[in-house]
Amino acid sequence: MKPEDFDYLSKMLRDRSGLVLTKDKAYLLESRLMPVARKRGYKGLEDLVTQLRNRDETLANDVTEAMTTNESFFFRDVKPFDQFRQIVLPNLLKARATRKNFRIWCAAASSGQEPYTLAMILKEEAARLNGWRHDILGTDLSKEILSKAQRGIYSQFEVQRGLPIQMLVKYFKKADDMWEIDPAVRSMVQYKPWNLLQDLKPLGSFDVVFCRNVLIYFDQPTKTKVLNSIADLLADDGVLYLGGAETVLGISDRFKPIPGQRGVYAVQKPGYSGPSLGAAAG
Amino acid sequence: MKSCLIVDDSKVIRMVAKKILQELSFETLEAADGRAALDACQQAMPDAVLLDWNMPVMNGIEFLRELRKLPGGGAPVVVFCTTENDIEHIQEAIEAGANEYIMKPFDSEILQTKFVQVGLLS
Repeated sequence: MKPEDFDYLSKMLRDRSGLVLTKDKAYLLESRLMPVARKRGYKGLEDLVTQLRNRDETLANDVTEAMTTNESFFFRDVKPFDQFRQIVLPNLLKARATRKNFRIWCAAASSGQEPYTLAMILKEEAARLNGWRHDILGTDLSKEILSKAQRGIYSQFEVQRGLPIQMLVKYFKKADDMWEIDPAVRSMVQYKPWNLLQDLKPLGSFDVVFCRNVLIYFDQPTKTKVLNSIADLLADDGVLYLGGAETVLGISDRFKPIPGQRGVYAVQKPGYSGPSLGAAAG
Repeated sequence: MKSCLIVDDSKVIRMVAKKILQELSFETLEAADGRAALDACQQAMPDAVLLDWNMPVMNGIEFLRELRKLPGGGAPVVVFCTTENDIEHIQEAIEAGANEYIMKPFDSEILQTKFVQVGLLS
């Protein structure tokens, strides 16, 4: 690929999604964009870049989606979901006992494994949630990946990555070679295509936000901007989950790590000094 | 070092599993059918058993039922690893005392995440 083509693509991706594409990741362009090029009948990425330079908006969207879509697992990393179930959820039940409602946002829902993991946990705790209203919102940049999430149909490989077998038996039905999630679980999650670089306010406010393994693709100023916008949407006692390789330290002072709980952060709101939903009962 | 008994009548599968498990720092033992596996367990209970279903002499589910009757036989974490991929087989395995269930074909990542779930790996 010509250096000017690489530069064009990397600038376009950065402007549209915040994705930082360094030279050592150039191979990703080949593997992810060749299918897009072939679909359009182009011989190679050169034709594709030429077309992008002609301001082909649909193609630009397809290219951005192809580059930013990532594999997802059920119960990814296990611990954050144990922590959610054992600490944050009981705290929510106490703190919202009068309102009896809460909202969760999965900011990079991808093909739906994370929001459905949370939905299954809420199902497991259904006895304690009687009379409660809970929303799970899943957003992603890619419309295509969200339509897969909405279908809730997974391959045998996908349902084996992280999903305990008991949960598979309980919440999935086998359909030919695929596994389909229980419609009752599926209907607990709403999906909306959304770019994290856009204004986030229209999404509403949340008690818990999962934004895992997204920030790693952004440069520092973008990370700060996204984290600060998430902080604006969170309740005073709200919590944020980040991926294992991500942190708020040195990036945003709107969040504080919760001692002893990796990857979980308490939002810092001026004038609020009460407990965080992430704080273990003392 | 934790030990895992690999029970499968296919030498190729045993080799693949052995390689993955050794990379995950398991000491591995092998058996080609349920009977041989049971004999191995009677000598020394492994921490984990990776168990095929369809095998000559004694199949996986028969082995599991016999294992759970043995003194100390409740201890090993048993993970089925089989081409049987319908709900009925999975349920039968869970009822017989299986801790997890892998549907073939599998890869290192599936085996690893399943082992994390049952607490064999952190």
